[in-house]
Amino acid sequence: MGNRVVITGLGVCAPNGTTIDEFSDAIKKGLSGIRHQPDLEALNFSCQIAGKPSLSEERINQYFTPLELRNLNSTGIIYGIIAGLDAWKDAGLTIENNNEPDWDSGTIFGAGTSGIDKFRWAINKIDALEIKKLGSSVVIQTMASGVSAFISGKLGLGNQVSTNSSACATGAESILLAYERIKTGQATRMLAGSTSDSGPYIWGGFDAMKVCTFKHNHEPEKGSRPMSASASGFVPGSGAGALVLESLESALKRKAKIYGEVLGGHINSGGQRGLGTMTAPNPTAVQRCIQTALKNAGIEAQEIDVINGHLTATTKDALEIENWKTALQLPANEFPYINSIKGMIGHCIAASGSIECVASVLELSEGFIFPNINCEDLNPEITALINAKCIPQTLIHQPFNILAKASFGFGDINACIIFKKYTHES
Amino acid sequence: MNKEEIIEALKTIVEPYSEEASALAHIDENTDFINDLKINSANLVDIILDIEEKFNIEIDNDSMAKMLNVKATTEIIAAKLEAHAGQ
Repeated sequence: MGNRVVITGLGVCAPNGTTIDEFSDAIKKGLSGIRHQPDLEALNFSCQIAGKPSLSEERINQYFTPLELRNLNSTGIIYGIIAGLDAWKDAGLTIENNNEPDWDSGTIFGAGTSGIDKFRWAINKIDALEIKKLGSSVVIQTMASGVSAFISGKLGLGNQVSTNSSACATGAESILLAYERIKTGQATRMLAGSTSDSGPYIWGGFDAMKVCTFKHNHEPEKGSRPMSASASGFVPGSGAGALVLESLESALKRKAKIYGEVLGGHINSGGQRGLGTMTAPNPTAVQRCIQTALKNAGIEAQEIDVINGHLTATTKDALEIENWKTALQLPANEFPYINSIKGMIGHCIAASGSIECVASVLELSEGFIFPNINCEDLNPEITALINAKCIPQTLIHQPFNILAKASFGFGDINACIIFKKYTHES
Repeated sequence: MNKEEIIEALKTIVEPYSEEASALAHIDENTDFINDLKINSANLVDIILDIEEKFNIEIDNDSMAKMLNVKATTEIIAAKLEAHAGQ
């Protein structure tokens, strides 16, 4: 059986909120964090809008020493540290300055690319024959594991400290990897999350692939339209999300606040076989991932109350709904509520899964279902599959028990997590 | 620039890299960057960059390898400044 695993801390650095209170308020109200980005316009991007966390210098100074801030040019590390440390504090955990590491706590904090602005700066220096001027900060800011290394140093983590990278599935995967580590008794507590840098060098490749919308540069807040008939591609985003996962035993012993329980989940790949390619999901694998997650969590499809989809606002949204429907084998009138926060914050790439899990856990613990925005004109291919009432467009206050969260990534990879409300009687 | 002036300038440069307030306050020729000031060895390269900028000199790899304490660093800076002045 192994340990039961619960969530005791949350932290977030999202385009529409950089504290849990601010973020929770924003998702309830359907507030958008998507803005016009002058730098993308100046660089002739097709998509000139994006979601970026808004942080003051004063706020950043609370998390880093003056020395760390010198030459710090990795937004992903800044977002990850803020979300990570906030989650740790939210869990009621302190930062000890002992000589001995905390052997029972670790982190799996994912990233796509780390410190891409720093990397560009370093490349320019090297090409200008100024290798000597790189200093000591290039490696730690541009290694993929930079974010988890920074977190580990700040918290003194002595258990596993690693960075996973699995495209848009990164955040959901980091939580499942951390969950397994606690479940199998190898760690008591893990900080799980993921981060994604901001800026043209991260988003440029997606713009070139023409997967981002170019139709809403004049109305940024309308640009990201999951499940809408007029969805025309995703809006890039950035930020970080973090969750403290802990064995139930440890959480109860500490009398920690418990946001919810991770019942289980599954990670798989479509192998880029069948209909799967580098960029398109193999539907069989997606369905299998969802079904195996249910089995792993020990629940039946009809027990799911809410789905937090991957739903990026491309033409693939209808395919995703079809996959959920096939996987769950539920008639249209029994299909759960489904929502996507990407209408408000865009697609935060490697950070999407963790930010979305933070939103999902807030919904479960506070008993609400946040509204989908920008889908007044629901995609008819979707309403042919499920009832429109499954896709709330206004906030619903309603306690519920089980939420399924999935993320799908480039490389034909999938992750699905089952979260359950925690009640002390259970 | 005399030795005292160089040490004084050096103190300002290394200050952000060390949390050893009392060792910093009593910095002198015998101060060792790693043992006394507890400076992270990776930051030694950043200190060299700051020195190059501050004194407008270039420090070669061989000199750099010797710059582990105040005495050696001061001597190297003084020699570079002298060579510079002679140009």
